[in-house]
Amino acid sequence: MESVVPLKEKKLLNVKLRELASWILMRDFILKGTAGAFQRGYYWYYNKYFNMKKGSIVGLSMLLAAYMLFSYCSSYKELKHEQPSEYL
Amino acid sequence: MNENLFAPFMTPVMVGIPITTLIIILPSILFPTPNRLINNRTISIQQWLTKLTSKQLMSAHSPKGQTWSLMLISLFLFIASTNLLGMLPHSFTPTTQLSMNVGMAIPLWAGTVFTGFRNKTKMSLAHLLPQGTPTFLIPMLVIIETISLFIQPVALAVRLTANITAGHLLMHLIGEATLALMNISLLTTLITFIILTLLTILEFAVALIQAYVFTLLVSLYLHDNT
Repeated sequence: MESVVPLKEKKLLNVKLRELASWILMRDFILKGTAGAFQRGYYWYYNKYFNMKKGSIVGLSMLLAAYMLFSYCSSYKELKHEQPSEYL
Repeated sequence: MNENLFAPFMTPVMVGIPITTLIIILPSILFPTPNRLINNRTISIQQWLTKLTSKQLMSAHSPKGQTWSLMLISLFLFIASTNLLGMLPHSFTPTTQLSMNVGMAIPLWAGTVFTGFRNKTKMSLAHLLPQGTPTFLIPMLVIIETISLFIQPVALAVRLTANITAGHLLMHLIGEATLALMNISLLTTLITFIILTLLTILEFAVALIQAYVFTLLVSLYLHDNT
């Protein structure tokens, strides 16, 4: 079945599987798209948790907890060798 | 155990890609730009703290020295936020790397020295000799003062690196000691209390930033304005 909307302007979730390869090839400004995605994500989080009249500490602590989790994952390889104390 | 101890200070690598740049950029996310006259709570608190700090730091300067205020306040905010983020468990603190601190210290110190040389050559050269020295001591004292001048950037960098690194190491060690002593419960409470105290004192890593910028500030003041 033919798509009504031109292929180039569709977002990723609307693209059919057959058209996926040509969709990927047709996307220009990949770098700008990634940067735009990061910017949109940042502003979504900011407006939801920080930019309120009576903001609370939840936004900041979620961010810090995510950073902690990220650092833990990043250094898991070295932490794997630490066993709990065997002296008993 | 030795390799384990220094593992947190190695440059962080995730699936083979060094993510050091991302971690250095991270604190900038935590300082949003104020858009309105009255902002949200986060920005208001940050604005109040910045105003407090900048008044404290820059009020002792002449207008010419106060042109440096943006540089110094952003330096202060960067080091403070980086050190505070490094207090989280498992995180990487960029200021533990000597390379970064020397990269911050040498250009700033050189800037102050060259500013003084350019604008008040006689005055900045005169700083090499304290007032009222006996005549026969003058050559030796000039040499000593020159050495102390050139040691300033090294001292700035090494001070910051050593303090933060030593604090982190100490916390690791004492934490491990506590875990090891868990079964001998008499000493455990004492050591846990020492950890708590040390952690609180280490929160005054922010005071170290104060020391950093203050030292830089004193140098700028003396070279530029007096």
